[in-house]
Amino acid sequence: MAAETEYEPVIGLEIHVQLKTRTKMFCGCELSFGDPPNTHTCPRCLGLPGTLPVINAQAVHYGIMIGLALGSQIAARSQFHRKNYFYPDLPKGYQISQYDVPLCSGGRLGEVRIHRVHLEEDAAKLVHAGSSGRIHGAERSAVDFNRGGTPLAEIVTEPDLRSAEAAREWLTLLRTTLRAIGVSDVNMEEGSLRCDANVSLRPVGSSELGTKTELKNMNSFRFLAQGIRAEVERQTELLRSGRPVQQETLHFDPASGSLTPLRSKEEAHDYRYFPEPDLVPLEATAEMIDAARAQLPELPSARAERFAGALGLPAERARELAFRPELGDFFEVALAADAGAEPAALANWMQTLVERLGDGADPASSLVTPQAFASLVAMVSEKAISRDAGREVIELLVAEGGDPGTIVEREGLGAISADDDSLSAVVAAALAADPAAAEQVRSGNMKAMGPLVGYVMRETKGRADGGEINRLIREQLGL
Amino acid sequence: MSSDLLQLSAAQAAAAIRAGEIDATELFAFYRARAAADQLNAFTWVAEAAATAAPAGAPLAGVPVAVKDLFCTEGVPSQSGSRILEGYRPPYTATVVRRLAAAGAPLLGKTNQDEFAMGSSNENSAYGPVLNPWDRTRVPGGSSGGSAAAVAAGLAPWALGTDTGGSIRQPAAFSGIVGLKPTYGACSRYGMIAFASSLDQAGPLTRDVTDAALLLRHMVGRDANDSTSLELPEEIRLPRRGELHGVRLGVPEELTGSAGGIDSGVRASFEAALAQAQALGASIETCTLPHAPHALSAYYIIAPAEASANLARFDGVRYGLRVAGDTDLDTMYSRTRAQGFGAEVKRRIMLGTYALSSGYYDAYYGTAQRVRTRISEDFRTAFSAVDFIVTPTAPTTAFELGAKSHDPLAMYLNDFCTVPMSLAGIPAISIPCGLSDGLPVGLQLAGPAFSENALLDVAYAIEQALGFDGRPALSAGGAA
Amino acid sequence: MLERHQVDHVARLARLELSDVEADRMATELSKILDHIEAIRSLDLAGVQPTSHVVDLVNALRADAPHGSLTPEQALAAAPEPTAAGFGVPSPGQGAE
Ligand SMILES: [Mg+2]
Ligand SMILES: [Zn+2]
Repeated sequence: MAAETEYEPVIGLEIHVQLKTRTKMFCGCELSFGDPPNTHTCPRCLGLPGTLPVINAQAVHYGIMIGLALGSQIAARSQFHRKNYFYPDLPKGYQISQYDVPLCSGGRLGEVRIHRVHLEEDAAKLVHAGSSGRIHGAERSAVDFNRGGTPLAEIVTEPDLRSAEAAREWLTLLRTTLRAIGVSDVNMEEGSLRCDANVSLRPVGSSELGTKTELKNMNSFRFLAQGIRAEVERQTELLRSGRPVQQETLHFDPASGSLTPLRSKEEAHDYRYFPEPDLVPLEATAEMIDAARAQLPELPSARAERFAGALGLPAERARELAFRPELGDFFEVALAADAGAEPAALANWMQTLVERLGDGADPASSLVTPQAFASLVAMVSEKAISRDAGREVIELLVAEGGDPGTIVEREGLGAISADDDSLSAVVAAALAADPAAAEQVRSGNMKAMGPLVGYVMRETKGRADGGEINRLIREQLGL
Repeated sequence: MSSDLLQLSAAQAAAAIRAGEIDATELFAFYRARAAADQLNAFTWVAEAAATAAPAGAPLAGVPVAVKDLFCTEGVPSQSGSRILEGYRPPYTATVVRRLAAAGAPLLGKTNQDEFAMGSSNENSAYGPVLNPWDRTRVPGGSSGGSAAAVAAGLAPWALGTDTGGSIRQPAAFSGIVGLKPTYGACSRYGMIAFASSLDQAGPLTRDVTDAALLLRHMVGRDANDSTSLELPEEIRLPRRGELHGVRLGVPEELTGSAGGIDSGVRASFEAALAQAQALGASIETCTLPHAPHALSAYYIIAPAEASANLARFDGVRYGLRVAGDTDLDTMYSRTRAQGFGAEVKRRIMLGTYALSSGYYDAYYGTAQRVRTRISEDFRTAFSAVDFIVTPTAPTTAFELGAKSHDPLAMYLNDFCTVPMSLAGIPAISIPCGLSDGLPVGLQLAGPAFSENALLDVAYAIEQALGFDGRPALSAGGAA
Repeated sequence: MLERHQVDHVARLARLELSDVEADRMATELSKILDHIEAIRSLDLAGVQPTSHVVDLVNALRADAPHGSLTPEQALAAAPEPTAAGFGVPSPGQGAE
């Protein structure tokens, strides 16, 4: 019996990013999230007869920034098209989008090539309203146009991803990059970052592309990975049992984790694109591109390389800090405070700080200043306080802020130095309190050290240095 | 007194108000009464009073203006001749209407039109056809037929229309008045309920060329609300030219030959007008616009294609008619649009949708856009040899109601001479140049982009020389 | 030239309900118009750029400055089915974009 064919997933992503402009793509209504329905509308974004779109310059600026961050070619002249279809969340019966000449083409982020980046307007929000009392028995929905017309950048990758996990990781990198350049909130749960996936399978070693399906509605990183994994399994089963994959759009149901096909309509893809006659072409001038480039900060991947290279941080730690710009920023300010803390030590203590602050918190908006943090780390490095005391101080800094030196003094957390007779006395007391352990250590069982050190730590409230305790125990036992 | 007011052109009325000879309120009331007694079905709504008094010294001095229904006017019915917008009152006002009001021309009323400006006879209005004041068994032309009839019958001093393929010029010709389509982009389209976005332009319908210049002067200019609008290189001046020495007028073979179907009475008036121009010093030359005969085909692809998208917003969700609101969504859409749109609008939506649909785009829309390029090039070439192009505005005089309403193609052929200028985006004016069997004939003059001042000057010189003072029998026209 | 099934397809794309009689008449009328129009397909247009705008303008951009918005009451003033949640419509089945 021949071995079963091994299949390789081929995955491309289509990402819609809501841009963080003040106003909508084609009108001056302010962007909003969570405001009462239809409080951010005007004749234009309601598609009233006679209204015309006018392009938001800031959305173009952000689009160019995205293109530059992804290494894309910025089109000297691009054009908007109308994409025609009927749906209640689309007030004009067409979406203004870019078609054959997008703002940005090509590029790369990490291991994944970028196909294109274009600008368009978001649809409104359609909410299910249940059965109407007014119209008996009919299922009703309602349209809220607050979101309608929000500027979007659509980023399309080449099919360069090979697993659900890789897709999830790459999307994390993209999100970090977009957040770092400040063009979007990139929040999947709130919908400012939305990701569809195109998935196909091919025999390992083949370079041809199989029939792909399009996965929609995976509105978290977890769901993205879950959806792709489910689809890869489904397609694998189909192919193994000799059935073809149908080209279709699948809807991910977060509740069941399953994929259901959307009812396919024959005209579903006949969008009748044509150049938007209400707009004139967009010419990205050298000044516009320079202005966008000038606003690009150091990108997360470059920052991670610098942290690992110039500062000597372990690669994993460097990425943790660089991919969360707010952590990287805090770290760098603390480093610049010049309190005498080593980069590696600072980076390690950043982890402790992040744990204490809670998931996702921005240290810059906590009570802990980078200066206080840096001097705390320096105190530990200089053995002015113990590691345990350091942890305690961080907790107090998080709770009340202030200066670590003052806290150490107030709380009596300063390290008990080796030449302090009182430490010798506590060690002696420990040996006396647990003669069995002392005997075991004397006879070479170093595991018995634990209870003795623990005793001293308790008695000194963690102020003594572990190495020093060790040394004193050996000394007093004559080892 | 009343009949005296009727004798004044709009420019003369403005001057008389400024001189304190007549009162703006009196003038408004005079025209309001005439518009309210309209028997031509020219108006779909008439104002009770001027919304605001013209500020002292306002250039248009309070002379009221009738406005084609498709211009959105805040709180006032703006239905674009369609049942799908019956009773619709927009929350904002179109830029050109606001500009005219600011210049001292208050809104007199809204005028009837072909539905969504699709038509050449005004028979495609959901609110009934407009009658030609020269002969009430005939059409006034379209789609700005209500505006044309109102001005011709003295129901309004002047009026606003829109022109997509001839919708100002042709009704002006049929009604014996002046109609100007400006260079594309000269007037803001913001607030004009769109037919075909790359072609639609607002323009004046007036009793004479001077009024056209005066009204246009206060309509034009860049508007931040319309990305395709622009500033004219110079302010619109009032015309003053008395002779035409050195002016070369080109008669394009393709538009005036046999293909256009120009009838003999129209031809006779046209040739008499050319002779007048020659007598003023102009030279009449033959010129060629090789692709002009194909303009109509390109137009009847491009305009319906754009219209099919522009009219997609009429879906029964946010405003206007809704039919079958308690069934499923697609049925609601399809029935609302089926009952809300008239036959001609449906025909053009179908034509445009087909031309853009998968597999046909290049053959139709792509080809039409290339023909459009050729037509623009033809005009540029022609304007290197002649200063202006002259043609009859329409191949015939006003035809009888119902004569062409069952033959769409025959109706489209009315636009044969006006559509090329629309595709090229260049300015063109129609002035009355005589009568044929008692019905007015229009002379069309077209110039290069932004040549409005020169075009108005030449039109003025010919107008003065022709001395056309034909008026429909006004007692039998609008007001009793 | 234009067949009935094509008319039905286009009418569906355009969301226009046509009766049998209307659809047949549409097929006839559109065919006649298309016959006339199709003359342009025989023109030699090789190398000719398409014109979608006659205006020679680029970059008509707007500053990212907010203007006021309508109140929900104003926004819904002309709506056939105004509700507290917004513009009421029959629920679309699955299968949307
Ligand atoms: Mg998109
Ligand atoms: Zn808005």
